[in-house]
Amino acid sequence: MELRRLRADLHIHTCLSPCGELEMSPRALVAAARAAGLDLIAVTDHNTTENAAAVAGAAVGTGLAVLPGIELTTVEEVHLLGLFDAGADLTPFQAEVFRRLPDVPSKRKFIKDQVLADAEDYVTGFSPRCLFGATELAVREAVDLVHAYGGLAIASHIDREAFSLVSQLGFIPPGLGLEAVEISPLADAATAREAFCVPAGLPIVRFSDAHKPAEIGAASTELLVAAPSLEEIRKALANRDGRKVLRP
Amino acid sequence: MTLTELATRLELTVFTPGVPLDRQVGGGYTSDLLSDVIGHARKDDVWVTIQVHPNIVAVAVLKELAAIVLAGGRLPAAETLAQAEREKVPVLGSGLGTFELAGRLYGMGVRGG
Repeated sequence: MELRRLRADLHIHTCLSPCGELEMSPRALVAAARAAGLDLIAVTDHNTTENAAAVAGAAVGTGLAVLPGIELTTVEEVHLLGLFDAGADLTPFQAEVFRRLPDVPSKRKFIKDQVLADAEDYVTGFSPRCLFGATELAVREAVDLVHAYGGLAIASHIDREAFSLVSQLGFIPPGLGLEAVEISPLADAATAREAFCVPAGLPIVRFSDAHKPAEIGAASTELLVAAPSLEEIRKALANRDGRKVLRP
Repeated sequence: MTLTELATRLELTVFTPGVPLDRQVGGGYTSDLLSDVIGHARKDDVWVTIQVHPNIVAVAVLKELAAIVLAGGRLPAAETLAQAEREKVPVLGSGLGTFELAGRLYGMGVRGG
């Protein structure tokens, strides 16, 4: 199979995330991703996958590939990306995450509306939960849960001073089974590998963590893969079958 | 003051029965960001935290802390306890919250940096 270079930004929030702008509606998000020259994105709202299908729907026919994902907050307040196959049924996964997310009602006075939308950008509801809260999942449990649903587990922005594996736990715990670690747009991979003692076998990726349309693609990772699918990304991260991470 | 005295006076739970509590307490530190503890805790501090991940043991070893005290009734993960026993790091616990626990430690003469 012929391999090609794809630009991927696999950490993007929608208007459902309490910190995401209302402008991050499915159609606007897809338009901004295409304008940024991306081939592949993932929708990663805080503790929820509920807007991912709408973004995938908005991208149909555009040539942009969309993977469903999540940014879990673990009990240690570590942010962890879970990326899934486009066809995965995430209903039981989501139910488990909500079961482990303390039922604290969100107060709209202090955080932005958590907007559920459909593929045509219509508002279909508001999440009543405090999505930014920490789940009761320990980081290892969170990684295992993502894996149980066939997903890839990537530690978010390990260079950040809050909500990162390194800020919360001091260093990357050995044997977690992560597929990769992410650095933020401001960091560079070589410096980060040294500064955070990232083991040699653990790939570093760089994504935008966009909360508004202009931030989409602010950082992306170039992958050499046969198709924009989860299994191809898995191979690229594992440096298998000629697939690889070209440039974080 | 030794850890034994501290544990007795604060009625702490001892999660690591195989680790001696004869060590002297030099001071105290409170934080749940392990990166911050690595940066700022001092040798012989008792460290009050609500984090229970196995990495707390590694941080205590790295910084030569006297003990870890888990606040708010937090229970250590099994892997954390196994590592603590192996590394001889005392892990204690209290039902009191971090604020109350730090206040009582201060009242007993334990000081921060």
